[in-house]
Amino acid sequence: MSAKSKSVVIKGATVVNPDAMFVADVRIANGVIEAIGDALTGDIVLEASGCYVSSGFVDLHTHLREPGKEEAETIESGSRAAALGGFTAVVAMPNTDPAQDNVATVQFVRERGRAVGLCEVIPSGCITIGRLGAQLVPFEQLAKEGVTLFTDDGTGVQDALVMQRALMVAKRLNLTISQHCEVASMTVGAVMHDGACCSTMGVPGWPSAAEEEMVRRDIQLVRMTGAREHFMHLSTRGSVELVRAAKAEGLPVTAEVTPHHISLTDELLSGFDPIFKVNPPLRTIADVSALHEGLADGTIDAIATDHAPHAGHTKEQTLDTAPPGMLGLETALGVVNTAVSLSPQKIASLMSWNPAVIANISDHQGRPIAVGEPAHIAVWDTTTVWSVSRDELASRSTNTPYHGMELRGRVRHTIYNGQLVVQEGKALA
Amino acid sequence: MKHLLSTRDLSTEDIVSILAMADHMAEINSRAVPKVPALRGRTVASVFFEDSTRTRLSFETAATRLSAEVMTFIASSSSVNKGESLRDTIETLSAMGVDAFVIRHKSSGAPQQITQWTDAAVINAGDGWHQHPTQALLDAYTITRNFNELNSMQGRTVAIVGDIKHSRVARSDIDVFTRLGAKVVLVAPAAFLPSSLDGWGVTTADSLDDVIGVVDVVYMLRIQRERMDAAQMPSLREYSALFALTPERANRMQSHALLLHPGPINRGVEMIVDPSLVPGSRILQQVSNGISIRMAVLFSLLGGDATTTLQNGVEA
Repeated sequence: MSAKSKSVVIKGATVVNPDAMFVADVRIANGVIEAIGDALTGDIVLEASGCYVSSGFVDLHTHLREPGKEEAETIESGSRAAALGGFTAVVAMPNTDPAQDNVATVQFVRERGRAVGLCEVIPSGCITIGRLGAQLVPFEQLAKEGVTLFTDDGTGVQDALVMQRALMVAKRLNLTISQHCEVASMTVGAVMHDGACCSTMGVPGWPSAAEEEMVRRDIQLVRMTGAREHFMHLSTRGSVELVRAAKAEGLPVTAEVTPHHISLTDELLSGFDPIFKVNPPLRTIADVSALHEGLADGTIDAIATDHAPHAGHTKEQTLDTAPPGMLGLETALGVVNTAVSLSPQKIASLMSWNPAVIANISDHQGRPIAVGEPAHIAVWDTTTVWSVSRDELASRSTNTPYHGMELRGRVRHTIYNGQLVVQEGKALA
Repeated sequence: MKHLLSTRDLSTEDIVSILAMADHMAEINSRAVPKVPALRGRTVASVFFEDSTRTRLSFETAATRLSAEVMTFIASSSSVNKGESLRDTIETLSAMGVDAFVIRHKSSGAPQQITQWTDAAVINAGDGWHQHPTQALLDAYTITRNFNELNSMQGRTVAIVGDIKHSRVARSDIDVFTRLGAKVVLVAPAAFLPSSLDGWGVTTADSLDDVIGVVDVVYMLRIQRERMDAAQMPSLREYSALFALTPERANRMQSHALLLHPGPINRGVEMIVDPSLVPGSRILQQVSNGISIRMAVLFSLLGGDATTTLQNGVEA
């Protein structure tokens, strides 16, 4: 399809590559970057001075809800939200219904993503059948279907032996195991961070130790197996310290944080609004500072959204019964750029280059802006101030915690597979 | 004041004035015909998502004595889980014409959420482990009136004994008692304390024996047996040995000291002594004071111009 497409020229933006940043025009044609230079012309010209042009963002952690919860999100609506957020690839979490623990479901998600065609939808696989933590999925079969990242996200694998075996298989097949770290026995009924706010509010707490205990255990399992493990949505100071030490030891671990964990704290829950309920929970300002330090020193490799749409009525329940999760795709860049002072190259590394490597898709995503490379591109700025409105999001759900807040930095254009899918912040399909 | 969701909604002056208004209500309650037309034409809906017969009857009696219409809605907690959202339930009831909701819910924060979906006043009659503000007001009323002090607990020490972590009564009492000047000591095993007491202004003690002889008020909380099973305490026997009110411990209370309990009492668990044999027990007085306090709260929220209407009510 890209063969017949019109050529697109991005004019006057600063190219952001790992080794250099420079101002140039970029021409995309036939699905690839065809030319980089001055005064390029094309069928569609995007004025982009003052913007950055980088490889498209890669989200390691997206809940698309299809199949199973299409009232909250579909692969189409979620793909559109992703494109608007500058993402050209999203790893679809496996807690669908049915779960992505079998070839048929994985094929369905990938094919549906292709048919929609707004970004690359990469199905992740469960680690265990039904995400029940007991029996391993058929890793080899799923790997043959292109699954490169396995996780039981939403629950951590509780049994250390099951986790050890998963890591052994993953090492043999060169796959990534991605863990949601939560010792379930310590978080029964948990609603929010177990601290001063939670104590006053009288709700069951989610202690930091429940995350840190599993991070600690899994680092030991990585030490034993030599397999790669990726830690999802780290939220506590202790977790950052554990991962920092593991990396210093040379262990093959990586870690992500979400935009919300680096920008929001548990005090927001004091009004009992379920919009701020998320798992792992929003923590304290001390934890947020630790996550910022982890971003700065490289302990944390990636920003991942944990985009988790929920139908409106489900968030109109009480705080203890409402499901955890918040939208993230369309606000990710703005939140990150507003919450933390990062260079353009750092932003691109956290949101594109590193996650592409972790998801094992760096052969075609997260590539440098160079002639001949596949045209998965985001054009964005770090200066536009805009106000988030939950009613103007492409997601089927409205559960953003940033409604009414001003963010600095916005995605202007997104090109996926050579196609212009977002122009001037508007989805074209 | 539009709602009463938490004791924190009340200034200390608000608390003192509600206690003073309860004195008027107590006078009404002492009459041969304890009823005034102060809230005639108003509708109070008592909406109990979690069953509590005594609190519901106390509120409904209070509303009836002020001549309000009373609407009762009792939902088994499962009906909410069957799918009707809290919002739909409240909007449906609101559409029937309600001036005030009295809400009991097993989930902390539910009354606060409900204020988004109705124009009526919302009174929290107990939400999860969070708050039970009228309980704290009636407790403060009971304590201050027994000590012949109108608006202060200055110089008094209250021991609150039991499962603080899971207690809305404790959270409410601690806030009101400390703001009225009392010293509060929490007597509980570590598993029954919240993870943080930052900003609570309290001290803690490891056993009831350490404090029973020196405090002015012994406030026993109800212990729920199921909490014992959740591995929070090794055994009920161990709990009772350290924290229950036994006849021996009751005998060590100061002669002027009061014994309070929010009810219902778990005999043989936190109360091994027969409370009717404890001279300082004001447990039944708490129940009757509860009606006066709830009348005062309903009137404060729904009564319009407080003094004149109340005077009309009193004279009627």
